[in-house]
Amino acid sequence: MSHAILNDLPLPYCKGCSHTPIAKNTAKALEACGFRPLDVISVSDIGCHGIIDKCLNTHTVHGLHGRATALAAGVSMGLARPEKKVIVFIGDGGATIGLQHILEAARLNLDMTVLVHNNMLYGMTGGQTSGLTPEGFCTTTSAEGNPYAPYDICALALSAGATFVARVMGNTDTSADLVEAFRTKGFSLVELMEICPSYGVSRNPGRKLSTIIEEAGRPLGRWHRPPRQGLPEQAEKCTDLLASLEAVPPRFSHAISHQIALILSGSAGEGVQLASTVLARAAMASGCHVTQKGSYPVTVGVGFSTAEINLSPRFIHFHGILDPDYVIISSQDGLDHNLARIQSMQRGVLFIDTSLPVPDTEMEIVRHDFRGIGARNASLFAVFFFAHHTGLLDTGALFAALGQGKAAAKLPVDKIREALDRL
Amino acid sequence: MHVEPTPQPTLIDASRLVIEAMARAGADAFIGYPITPANHLYRYASERMPMMMPAPDEITTVQWMTGLGITGKIPVTATSFPGYALMVESINMAFMMEIPMVIVLVQRLGPATGTATCGAQGDLLLLRGTISGGHPLPVLATSSFADAWTLSAEAVKLAVRLRTPVVLLTTKEEMMTAKSYDVSTLPPITPTALDTYGGDAPYCTYAVDDPHGVPRFLPAGNDRHQVRYNASTHDPCGLLQHTSPAAMANTRRLENKIRHNLASFTFYDYDPQQGAATLVVAQGICAAAAKDAVMALRLGNKAVSLLIPKTLVPVAPVYFEMMAAYERVVIVEENINGQLAELFFGAQPPAQVRTLGALGRMITPAEIIAEVEA
Repeated sequence: MSHAILNDLPLPYCKGCSHTPIAKNTAKALEACGFRPLDVISVSDIGCHGIIDKCLNTHTVHGLHGRATALAAGVSMGLARPEKKVIVFIGDGGATIGLQHILEAARLNLDMTVLVHNNMLYGMTGGQTSGLTPEGFCTTTSAEGNPYAPYDICALALSAGATFVARVMGNTDTSADLVEAFRTKGFSLVELMEICPSYGVSRNPGRKLSTIIEEAGRPLGRWHRPPRQGLPEQAEKCTDLLASLEAVPPRFSHAISHQIALILSGSAGEGVQLASTVLARAAMASGCHVTQKGSYPVTVGVGFSTAEINLSPRFIHFHGILDPDYVIISSQDGLDHNLARIQSMQRGVLFIDTSLPVPDTEMEIVRHDFRGIGARNASLFAVFFFAHHTGLLDTGALFAALGQGKAAAKLPVDKIREALDRL
Repeated sequence: MHVEPTPQPTLIDASRLVIEAMARAGADAFIGYPITPANHLYRYASERMPMMMPAPDEITTVQWMTGLGITGKIPVTATSFPGYALMVESINMAFMMEIPMVIVLVQRLGPATGTATCGAQGDLLLLRGTISGGHPLPVLATSSFADAWTLSAEAVKLAVRLRTPVVLLTTKEEMMTAKSYDVSTLPPITPTALDTYGGDAPYCTYAVDDPHGVPRFLPAGNDRHQVRYNASTHDPCGLLQHTSPAAMANTRRLENKIRHNLASFTFYDYDPQQGAATLVVAQGICAAAAKDAVMALRLGNKAVSLLIPKTLVPVAPVYFEMMAAYERVVIVEENINGQLAELFFGAQPPAQVRTLGALGRMITPAEIIAEVEA
């Protein structure tokens, strides 16, 4: 294979378009850096610049409008080979659409170079204004001149974390600037200023490119950041997600003859989900099948916290709970959240803290002081009380489910035992 | 004497099974971002996947995944409707470029951002129409914990085998509910690998003799052959074309390779009962209620059969053969417009097909029983 970056096909651009010298200077710079064609992955966006693929001896990837930088970012992450070079051909329109992708690649300092062909308008689609069109520049959609100030893509990329950025005239020999960009380890961006010969020149008669750039307040230049780390090496985590699971073999007995559904509800921060897990694990240790899910408002630290639990001697398929057998309420938040359900129920047992009003319901009522042990453990004590009162589960299974670790040491195990002994 | 082993249940959610199964099947990168109810998947992936990158948004997610896929990685992400909607164009790109990846779509209640913590089955028709041109994007749907394991692995293998994005469809209730489950009963998973071109002749990224075929893979950046990936209409070598015969043949092949290989990824559970006049069809979270309903009906001496389709796109012809054998078909789905029925039969299902739906809640076994007995 040829060592030339460009093949023998003629470059497909309009007469006078700076895309042609940009393509030639890109090839010249890559070759000057010592890159062979298969060292280079050229990722092109949608636009006139993007039809360069067929003229390249490099690997080529042709993506979606505005997304080439993100696509190339993925290539750069996956390659992780410093001897390779990922370059992006994108226009000012694509850079506008995919601005976030440029900022993100710069932020991560990914090893790649973005070549922004800024001819100040969307060329392929008919000469419309882009986010990089200078104020006052005339396009097919801004006949009187663009009324908006453009992005400074170099400043944005640099502030986001790029290692090297440059703004250069696309119709000159830019190869030295491109060499610097291609030799940069990390993210580099070169904004190549042009005027589209088909849509830009005729609508802005007599205006020189250099004047437009100067009036736009976008000086040519090079800007650097000190070299810094790009994508860090990803640690080989590969933690087997099943290996760390603690099996709960059956070693207690239970008195559950059919699937029962239970709602446990209280306040956020009062251990509802912990209590739910303790109950579930205790049931498993008793040979039951279990389902468990939590429910709470998006602001997880306030308001209600609810758990739905099914316990069954047989495998559980359907875990939805519309008509629970037991509802355990340990706080006003829990009561408020379940009030309509409780009021509509014709059966079942309601365990409710003595501090709370008893709703109008057909449920059997069991009142007890759950909060006396302390609000943070009200729900936990409630499930112990539930097991003791119903006899469905051995409270020994619940104590065993509390575990032995640091977290368990903070739980009021002795207080719970004493409270149960007093029943 | 045979001694039953002591059960070794653990309290586990299906999100954990999905990620572990995919990793064991060969997925080696996860690109993601937080979105309920897919957050468990995101967290587990951060512990399990060899490469894990947090993306700033949904479009970036699939773009990065595609870039990674181009270099030979097998990427995965997880999302819900709001994220999937934003991914659609990029999924089309990956489909066109023939890059393997898996998108786990955890359905929640819509429209729009809807209720993030409420399950639903409202995205089926979106999935059927994801690819412009109506080309089928393979969709596998879990209906149990066992499926979360086996179908997750199958999704990865299918993506690699057919060089295509694959959607693994599930719901909030399936991914965020913990259950007692004995993971020692799960079958082993063997890892898959890309079928990589190793020839000396110049490589054409999309060249394959068989009009239904899957071209061999070669990563960009390799030192031997030029590769060209292209999201625009292209010829077998990946060069942009308008509507040349070679390019149109390539686009036809994208359709053909999925449909021609459908039998190899048609997954379902069919539980027929002798003498049954009614077939209950349910998938995903509704399958659990349907199992209980069918069990209860049979205990009451009511003959009824059950079909749980797990390959949803393309629709497998075998489903129609099964459904044609019954006087009555009850399709159960957690939406109010019969999307599964429409996926099967179009806008006007045949007279013997009834749908049972619900909005914002799970359908109960009792409702299914009532519908079967109606």
